[in-house]
Amino acid sequence: MDEPIDWNAWPDGQGRFGPFGGRYVPETLVPALERLEQEAKAALVDDGFLETLAGELAAWVGRPTPLTPARRLSEAWGAEVWLKREDLAHTGAHKVNNALGQCLLAKRMGATQIIAETGAGQHGVATAAAAARVGLPCIVYMGAVDVERQAPNVRRMQAFGTEVRPVSHGDATLRAAIDEALRHWVSDPAGVFYCLGSVVGPHPYPWLVRQFQRVLGVEARTQFVHATGVLPDVVMACVGGGSNAMGLFHPFLADDVAIVGLEPGGRGTGLGEHAATVALGTPGVLHGTYSLLLQDPFGQVQETHSVSAGLDYSGVGPEHAFLHHTGRATYEVVPDEAAMDALYELARLEGILCAVETAHAFAGAKRWAAGHPGARILIGCSGRGDKDLPILSAWEAGER
Amino acid sequence: MTTPALTLSAAIRSPKHPGSPAIMPYVTSGWPTREGFGDLLVAVSQQADAIEVGVPFSDPMADGPVIQRTSREAIEAGTTLPWILQTLAARKDEIACPTVLMSYLNPLLAHGIDRLVDDAFAAGVSGFIVPDLPLEEATAFDAACARRGLARIALVTPVTPDERLRRLTAGEGGFVYAVTVTGITGGDLTPGDIHDYLARVRAIAGKPVCAGFGIRRAEHVAALAGHADGCIVGTAFLEALGRGDDPQAFVAGLRGT
Ligand SMILES: Cc1ncc(COP(=O)(O)O)c(C=O)c1O
Repeated sequence: MDEPIDWNAWPDGQGRFGPFGGRYVPETLVPALERLEQEAKAALVDDGFLETLAGELAAWVGRPTPLTPARRLSEAWGAEVWLKREDLAHTGAHKVNNALGQCLLAKRMGATQIIAETGAGQHGVATAAAAARVGLPCIVYMGAVDVERQAPNVRRMQAFGTEVRPVSHGDATLRAAIDEALRHWVSDPAGVFYCLGSVVGPHPYPWLVRQFQRVLGVEARTQFVHATGVLPDVVMACVGGGSNAMGLFHPFLADDVAIVGLEPGGRGTGLGEHAATVALGTPGVLHGTYSLLLQDPFGQVQETHSVSAGLDYSGVGPEHAFLHHTGRATYEVVPDEAAMDALYELARLEGILCAVETAHAFAGAKRWAAGHPGARILIGCSGRGDKDLPILSAWEAGER
Repeated sequence: MTTPALTLSAAIRSPKHPGSPAIMPYVTSGWPTREGFGDLLVAVSQQADAIEVGVPFSDPMADGPVIQRTSREAIEAGTTLPWILQTLAARKDEIACPTVLMSYLNPLLAHGIDRLVDDAFAAGVSGFIVPDLPLEEATAFDAACARRGLARIALVTPVTPDERLRRLTAGEGGFVYAVTVTGITGGDLTPGDIHDYLARVRAIAGKPVCAGFGIRRAEHVAALAGHADGCIVGTAFLEALGRGDDPQAFVAGLRGT
């Protein structure tokens, strides 16, 4: 047997997870990222900062979120199903864990403005709320397609005093929004704090976002052992950029627990029909990191399709590429149709309306349960579906 | 022994019109048309001191709306890196000035770095400008370039600290790309604001310094004479091509001739 991998040893000093990661950015951003790395490393070992963060996570976010036994789902699937309820976190998804952490860091670093990108709008809403809480102005870039399909979240961001800037060029979804946020940051790297919403982008973001999201996995592991006396057989989460999944997976990496990420299969396996980056992508550099991505043979990044705006992204976090590369985690593909079926099944059996993103994890778990009768399954319930009512209406009206 | 990188330095130090900084237009390959690309390079090379040959990329994060649009249109028209290299190779003997490939990293990775350096060398290319490849990630790329004597042109910016500037501009060959603004391409420069910055870069760098981003007009070029060895003109040149202006006359006009 090979030496076991020390998962806490990554990223290395260059921001690498094995061959993946790094910092591929315009020179203008290098000093800003070096400073962010230094300040973040100092903050995350500073008792004062950690105490403030823990206090806000408890009093403002509402942590710890519960671990819910899904009794009727368990019965229907012939498994033992538990849900880590990030849908109950303030603003409705795991995104707030990271947004709050970064906004507190921005304040500590003396930033004068927060910018962010958003896909489903959940990271945008979380950042808008956290920026209001720490008292900093905020601008959120959002693809024009997403502004339309996630309209309720646009209104919420505006209510928090955030300016939402629609991005209509490129693919007009998450990838274009990140491009535009990076361009904004390049024009004022000293004053602007870029609050990136997933475990993607240049070092230190994949590490920083994972550290802020780890709280959900740490809680879930303790709660699971407390409730059942053992560890789960498998931990499952949906993967867009991969932040809720990294936060949930990381504390389980050294355990004898299967780890499965679920990616959006959209409407098919052709380029442009899905956003299953780990399962179907190839290595390359996008948005400052070397990871897997969906590209043509000439290195042009391809457009994606998913019913879920939050998973509709051609890249993926470099640590997921590493988990895939080492075989520690597996990544499976869930088509739009199966995700939507799972959303309704969860709603009707458990009284929980999850986000369309989250529904991919449920569809994958259902499939896994069928192959592993009686298994103890921990699912990351990453967010709630209130924002998705326009998508549900369109789906019920037969739009595909 | 001379190398393509040293030849490039020399072309910038001794421009075709000694009174003016070297002029280096940027073109998005395959735009406005694919058919006209080879002829465009040949024509522009009669006037320009060097040409920045842009490889269009789907996610040009350091570029403004004009280069975003020309890149998208060029990709939609079927422009690829292998085609660009083939075109350069085919017209190599007619192109009357050094060429530099400007590309984001991913299309280069897709081609394969060793193969890229060989193909570029064979096509007469002098070096590469890769805006999203900082020094820390460039070790393998630099080693590949060194094999063929090609330059990797470092970009420096107004926010680059002196100590880093020293590391970025070390060695010889090629030139230093002094980004004039803290921002993206497509702006409009106030040349007086950057004289101190350019002086700082020139004092540290042992190779020619070319200014780029926001240089649009003859007044800009004139105001940079004596402060920069060369001027890179991208967005304004593409706008001229888009209007159907004569590219050689546009380059001549930048010199005020
Ligand atoms: C509820 C929910 N889950 C998952 C995601 C996907 O992001 P990540 O893969 O970073 O967790 C999003 C993104 O918007 C989301 O809103």
